Amino acid sequence: MGELRYEAPDTIEAAVKLLARANGAARVLAGGTDVIVQMETDLIEPELLVDIKKIPQLREITAERGAYRVGAAVSCMELIEHEGFCRAWPGVIDGVKLIGSIQVKGRATMAGNLCNASPAADSVPALIAAGAQVTIAGPNGVRQAPVEAIPVSPGKTSLAKGEIVTSFLFPARPPRSGDAYLRFTPRTEMDIAVVGAGVNLTLDAGGTCTSARVALGAVAPTVLLVKEAAEALIGTRVGEAALDKLAKAASAACRPIDDKRGTKEYRIKVAGVLAGRAARQALERARQS
Amino acid sequence: MTNILEESGFDPNRKLRIVGTSPVKPDGRDKVTGRAKFGADLALPGMLVGKVLRSPHPHAIIKFIDTSRAQALPGVMAVVTRDDFPEIPPGTGEGDLTRNVMAREKALYDGHAVAAVAATSESIAKQALKLIRVDYEKLPHVIDAVEAMAPGAPILHEHLRAEGIKGAEDKPTNVVERQEFRMGDVEAGFREADVVIEREFRTCPIHQGYIEPQACVANWTKAGRVELWCCTQAHFGMRDNLASILDIPKEEICITGAEIGGAFGGKTIMYAEPLAIQLSRKAKRPVRIVLNRNEVFRATGPVSGTHSRIKMGVTRSGRFTAAEAEMVYQCGAFTGSMYYNGAQTMFTRYDLKNAKAVAYEVVSNRPKVNAFRAPGVPPVVFGVESVVDELAKAIGMDPLELRLKNAATEGYTTIYGETFGPIGFVETLEAAMKHEHYRAPHSGPNCGRGVAAGFWWNRAGDTSGKLRITADGSVNLLLGTIDIGGSRVSMCMMAAEELGIPLERVSAVIANTDQVSYNRLTAGSRVTFSSGIIVVDCARQAIAELRRRAAAAWNVSEQEVVYEDGTCRLARAGGAAPLSMAELVKRGGPISCSSTLAVTGAGPGFGVHIVDLEVDRETGGVKILRYTVVEDAGKAINRHQVEGQYQSGAAQGVGWALNEEYIYGEDGRLQNPSFLDYRMPVASDLPMIEAVIIEVPNPKHPYGLRGVGEVPVVPTLAAIANAITSAIGVRPYELPMSPPRLLKLIETAGTSKS
Ligand SMILES: Cc1cc2nc3c(=O)[nH]c(=O)nc-3n(C[C@H](O)[C@H](O)[C@H](O)COP(=O)(O)OP(=O)(O)OC[C@H]3O[C@@H](n4cnc5c(N)ncnc54)[C@H](O)[C@@H]3O)c2cc1C
Repeated sequence: MGELRYEAPDTIEAAVKLLARANGAARVLAGGTDVIVQMETDLIEPELLVDIKKIPQLREITAERGAYRVGAAVSCMELIEHEGFCRAWPGVIDGVKLIGSIQVKGRATMAGNLCNASPAADSVPALIAAGAQVTIAGPNGVRQAPVEAIPVSPGKTSLAKGEIVTSFLFPARPPRSGDAYLRFTPRTEMDIAVVGAGVNLTLDAGGTCTSARVALGAVAPTVLLVKEAAEALIGTRVGEAALDKLAKAASAACRPIDDKRGTKEYRIKVAGVLAGRAARQALERARQS
Repeated sequence: MTNILEESGFDPNRKLRIVGTSPVKPDGRDKVTGRAKFGADLALPGMLVGKVLRSPHPHAIIKFIDTSRAQALPGVMAVVTRDDFPEIPPGTGEGDLTRNVMAREKALYDGHAVAAVAATSESIAKQALKLIRVDYEKLPHVIDAVEAMAPGAPILHEHLRAEGIKGAEDKPTNVVERQEFRMGDVEAGFREADVVIEREFRTCPIHQGYIEPQACVANWTKAGRVELWCCTQAHFGMRDNLASILDIPKEEICITGAEIGGAFGGKTIMYAEPLAIQLSRKAKRPVRIVLNRNEVFRATGPVSGTHSRIKMGVTRSGRFTAAEAEMVYQCGAFTGSMYYNGAQTMFTRYDLKNAKAVAYEVVSNRPKVNAFRAPGVPPVVFGVESVVDELAKAIGMDPLELRLKNAATEGYTTIYGETFGPIGFVETLEAAMKHEHYRAPHSGPNCGRGVAAGFWWNRAGDTSGKLRITADGSVNLLLGTIDIGGSRVSMCMMAAEELGIPLERVSAVIANTDQVSYNRLTAGSRVTFSSGIIVVDCARQAIAELRRRAAAAWNVSEQEVVYEDGTCRLARAGGAAPLSMAELVKRGGPISCSSTLAVTGAGPGFGVHIVDLEVDRETGGVKILRYTVVEDAGKAINRHQVEGQYQSGAAQGVGWALNEEYIYGEDGRLQNPSFLDYRMPVASDLPMIEAVIIEVPNPKHPYGLRGVGEVPVVPTLAAIANAITSAIGVRPYELPMSPPRLLKLIETAGTSKS
């Protein structure tokens, strides 16, 4: 075990440089609620930690013509306390609120939740359902990617060496839009999703669903964007039949494993149930918006 | 002169000033502000960090351990293995003890200690562990107790022969013992019954779930004495066990108990303490070992999992005619499940004449079990109280009414031979039946209500302590019993009550093993009862001494002196001015009283739980809506503390009932050694739990106390199972009643109905 180096640069460029030049294992440190736990339990032994919380740009939440940009080092509690964002994206907030306790959320970030690449990460299904994009800075410049392109397998991301997520971009919201995220855990708090479901939808003036995105967590190696489930809603008034179809499509898309957190069979069933319930809630919110 | 055990002085009409109120515990402030010194908080000059290497295999012969590379690492000051422990033959009590703390011939479970190092820093110690090479020869393993009983199962201990089974004496087995308790004629009893129900139940091992991992500091002094600071419920017992496995005279070991961050029975035996001592001996420096959560789960005290078959008969008019049970207790790698507790208490509370309980204890490749509130009892009462619920339904009787009809009362002789003195089961049942919770309607399509009852003896035993009156007239108690449940405040309250002085004038500290005589461990709900008797005994001695001094000062007989509210005065009016405690101490020097007794007279405790809950039919999730614990405390010395015991018992039972379980892989390794995946309830999983304190006094205690630590967890499992049955119409027979299991149950019921 070598010595651990800790750096806290104040620019994105400096952070990228440090990470790109690191010889051994290097990690971005955001809230540290995954990184520190993994170090404590000897799952990882990084030689370099690059703390990104001292980079002012990464701490900002800005509204850009109806769209929102959220810096990668914004803590979950900061986001939860942002009234405008909460009104626009209640479903994303549903997910963010479920991450650990208030103390954990005081440190934890959405970017950390995404880049930790757990299929059970609670903010990710809602982010994907929202159609959020990430901005990535790296040794070769800046690029954009949809959230769903980041995790590739449990614990692995598509980020190249030296790349960091700098912000999330949420598209401007059409009227009559609503989103929701629900997870199932045996406990009410401090638990890992056995299944998570995020639904985002928009209605026309007559109450017909014009667009929808459905994402499922903890039922496959990465969070799934389930097109068939969304299609079950689009063009309908989101009645019982459509919801039933959505639930079936959600269950059909699952490719879970049996593990200590739940059985395959159970996850498949509950994915459909939760997708249906999340859709109802998103519908409710869309009607009220 | 009679002693306090013969004549407690209990007076139901005594006016009490302090006992029965709810003062805040004096140790609370330091605990919530982080100033209390828990197991990991002690630091000594030159102290080293100890770390333990653990077997990744559930069952393997240890062929060879090479520590040379670890020893050569700079900063490593000592390494110990099995070779550093005296050889004690296997199959003896001490032989088991030493093999559990450090594997000898074989590693017997995932997490079994095989070596330990002491180094100048944690990172060096961790690195050193990686440099130790252990040559294992893997053996087939067995996790489940019933599988471990089957012919051809891997044998853990070649020397083990089942006790109590005829013809089994000459073959190695995993069965430690079979015990049978019986009374009356069970067969005849069942013939008298109109309804007989027989069911099988399964429960799985759970962890005590204390928040503070085990921690200790050991210092082998130059003088050859062992000083040990640790969080333990049993400092005297640990001293004796350490002496026997390390071959050190008891007198040379002094153990000081630290504040405890939860124990529940899980800190009654030793784990890393002997390793820290041997490391300190070798390194000639103090050594601290603090277990991490992973180690706590893999190597310390689960509670037994059980398989049980329970059969009970009832007449149409609601009289139990007979009860019978057969149980298998899984005990992990070594005996210790206290299976006999289950057999003795499972039916005890009903006035059965015909009963039989047979229990087996079986070893398997899991950590050795340890005590947990009412050790051995809740998992089998889960079965009994479930069957009682079914019987009530079968004869169409209210489930509490049925229990009341069969409630044991004073004079009943139990299956283990005790004849009850005054007990409060009837009063407890009646209070539950009258409680607003039980009378309130419970509705909702997926809601249900369940009730269940439970019993525990409460314990007594060897206890020793002291009381001093200091120069300013304050009182200091030196208690020989570790405080795990807030007992200190209750001791101070009893002393203050007895002496008639304000509570603020009494303080209490916990003695180390050098300062008072032997004390049985803090367990079995024995401490507030037993140490309380010691405190009252000391206080009465102190009052006698104060009166002697006043009589001498006034040149009168002791009979002419009245002691009242901390002062002595003449019985007749006029004459000398009263003398305060401080003045009397000034006159005759310090006052110190001590009491050492093999305490007897513990009073049995009974409890009834009522729970309302809702089941989500689509996910199998359970939400507890309302929970009421009704229990006889005899006397609540500190009401808040008693309520806390009731509530915590129910809370722990909820976890046991709904979600807690160990998940072992095919490879015999524990897959969920963390609080993330080992699902204990969190605060938001529980409603406010209402505690109803019933007080049917136990006259053997000066204030009528029984004990309240164990009973609160006994009925919970069945109360919840009964409520789930009422909610979904199908009965769970297996714990945990987790969402996937309930969902399956709901679906099978759905398909079988339609
Ligand atoms: C007690 C507890 C409870 C928890 N409960 C939940 C829960 O209910 N639901 C849930 O989803 N999670 C939970 N978590 C996990 C964790 O809190 C979340 O995943 C959190 O969002 C991680 O954010 P962080 O900022 O702390 O990440 P960090 O730990 O700082 O980082 C996580 C990973 O992402 C990388 N990373 C971080 N930021 C960036 C970036 N900008 N660019 C590139 N890589 C980056 C890090 O290098 C690391 O690999 C819990 C954790 C704890 C300790």
